[in-house]
Amino acid sequence: MNDVAVIGFASSDVSVTTSGVETLVPVFEAALAQAGLERRDVDFWCSGSSDYLAGRAFSFVNAVDAIGAVPPIAESHVEMDAAWALYEAYIKILAGEASTALVYGFGKGTAGELARVLALQLDPYTVAPLWPDAISVGALQARLGIDAGLFSERDMAAVAAARDDASSVETLLDRPYVAMPLREHDVARVADGASAVVLAAADRVGGRRAAWISGIGHRVDPQGFGERDLTAVPSATAAAADAGGLDGVQVTALHAPFTHQELLLRRALGLPDEVRNVAFGSNPMFSAGLSRIGAAAEEVMSGRASAAAAHATAGPLLQQNLVCVLRSES
Amino acid sequence: MDTLSAPLTIAFDYTRSLGPVLGRFMAGLRDGRVLGGRTSDGRVHVPPLEYDPDTHEPVTELVEVSPAGTVLSWTWTDRPLEGQPLDRPFGWALIRLDGADTPLLHAVDAGTPDAMSTGMRVRIRWAAAPVGHIRDIECFEPQDPEAGAGVCGGGDGSAGAVVEIMTTPVRLHYRHSTSVEESGYLRGLAEGRIVGRRCPACRKVYVPPRVCPACGVATDEEVEVADRGTVTTFCVVNVPFAGQRLTPPYVVAQVLLDGADIPIPHLILGVPAADVRMGLRVAAVWRDRADWSTTPENIDHFEPSGEADAPYETFAEHL
Repeated sequence: MNDVAVIGFASSDVSVTTSGVETLVPVFEAALAQAGLERRDVDFWCSGSSDYLAGRAFSFVNAVDAIGAVPPIAESHVEMDAAWALYEAYIKILAGEASTALVYGFGKGTAGELARVLALQLDPYTVAPLWPDAISVGALQARLGIDAGLFSERDMAAVAAARDDASSVETLLDRPYVAMPLREHDVARVADGASAVVLAAADRVGGRRAAWISGIGHRVDPQGFGERDLTAVPSATAAAADAGGLDGVQVTALHAPFTHQELLLRRALGLPDEVRNVAFGSNPMFSAGLSRIGAAAEEVMSGRASAAAAHATAGPLLQQNLVCVLRSES
Repeated sequence: MDTLSAPLTIAFDYTRSLGPVLGRFMAGLRDGRVLGGRTSDGRVHVPPLEYDPDTHEPVTELVEVSPAGTVLSWTWTDRPLEGQPLDRPFGWALIRLDGADTPLLHAVDAGTPDAMSTGMRVRIRWAAAPVGHIRDIECFEPQDPEAGAGVCGGGDGSAGAVVEIMTTPVRLHYRHSTSVEESGYLRGLAEGRIVGRRCPACRKVYVPPRVCPACGVATDEEVEVADRGTVTTFCVVNVPFAGQRLTPPYVVAQVLLDGADIPIPHLILGVPAADVRMGLRVAAVWRDRADWSTTPENIDHFEPSGEADAPYETFAEHL
């Protein structure tokens, strides 16, 4: 079986057009330059995006322009965060069907009314017809955590203050609620953006800088809001176990769209306080999770850590979770 | 250069088949009753599950629960969004109905956030004209503390005719943004010009301009192309459809404009459908100049130009 490593990563925090194609061209160039590969060296391309974000059917097909598909390429797409596209590419390399892959995610989160767009990923029979926005749904979870005594609004503000050194907890707590008990600092800013990760099998890594994937897992919880204790994240716990556990991990890159979710995830993953987290700033839809894998890989490739764990999520209540463990040795 | 953008609204009425469990649940709502599904562990789920999470068997036992319940968690929304249950500030809540073991999400018409609390008692306000839809629950309202426990039907869950289909309209609003290259193309159209861009690598000219799909690089040099060209391929539309603007049969063709390396789709009018052919030379028929704006609709259609047909070799590469 092939060992698989991340050998390149690049991201952008802009998207001029709704399609985002023009953003992808320089992101691909930067990721491939870091990997020391040419466009034609890529065996398999895999992307994550959403037609609902762009307001257009088959919007991801436009993005193939940025690859240059003459002669024909091998390509696939998931209607999910591109962290799940990376899972597909990883399996493709493990299976020996490709030696290299470029995984990319993109989206213009500000193109539409994101609060309403995201409501459509909820149960289409009993929930989506009410058009609940993601922030309100996240707020229900935060209150459950507070009422259960797991954390306080102050603890949530401390997460935000750690993300942004300029803020003090006291200042943040003086600010008004967006959706009680959430304040503006509790909600990751929705952003436009794109990112790309380059993967390679062991025999193609050569002397390149690499972060080896020692394990990866993804799980989903029941879709019904009432079908799970919302203060626990069993699918994140299970995904970490599937990834081989987090032993030796020195740094994490968690995908937590709300401050209270970072606290819930640290509990679910059993992370001790001494494990550092690469702060999560804005939330570029459909590339944020992939960028977390890129951020964890950079920690390893730079030598700042010998083992790092990345996490990606989908759903306003952390319903779906992916954990990827990266190490400096294969 | 400023890029052009425009509002875009998409709307679609999804019709969803309900199946035996949700069909009975929705029928119950239509009849003013809330039905929960009992799973093998004895728990009652509202909304009901279609399959038992432990045994994976279909859920068949539905039981009536109370229209009143308890708030387990809540938040407040000051600015309701389009489509939400109420158009004035309201609370979202997870509500466990009396007789159920799981909460459901809905809106509480409480007036102010001060009236909301964990543990508060609420009851259903039914919609005036129920149809068998989750929106038959208009919202919940705080229950008078004097009212005591909710009345639980405790029935066997039998109901009138099962609802088979529900309609869930989706209407979303966007601001669609174009690239610098696309904006140049649209501004050209407003002046009666058709402007493409050339790929710096393969030298092909794309109309409308786009990232070169063969080379994966941005196209740079602006190139004005002719408003006449060659039909490379075509189809005769015989099928009527919603929103159709012309009466079938009519022809939609790929037109390779002179100077371009990729055809554009457009209507071919002014000639019987049976006479349209590959290689037919056509010219753009523009709308009145007074009506032009930054849109390809400035060209109403194409019609035969009267020139001799183009030889196959001149467009074979573009098929």
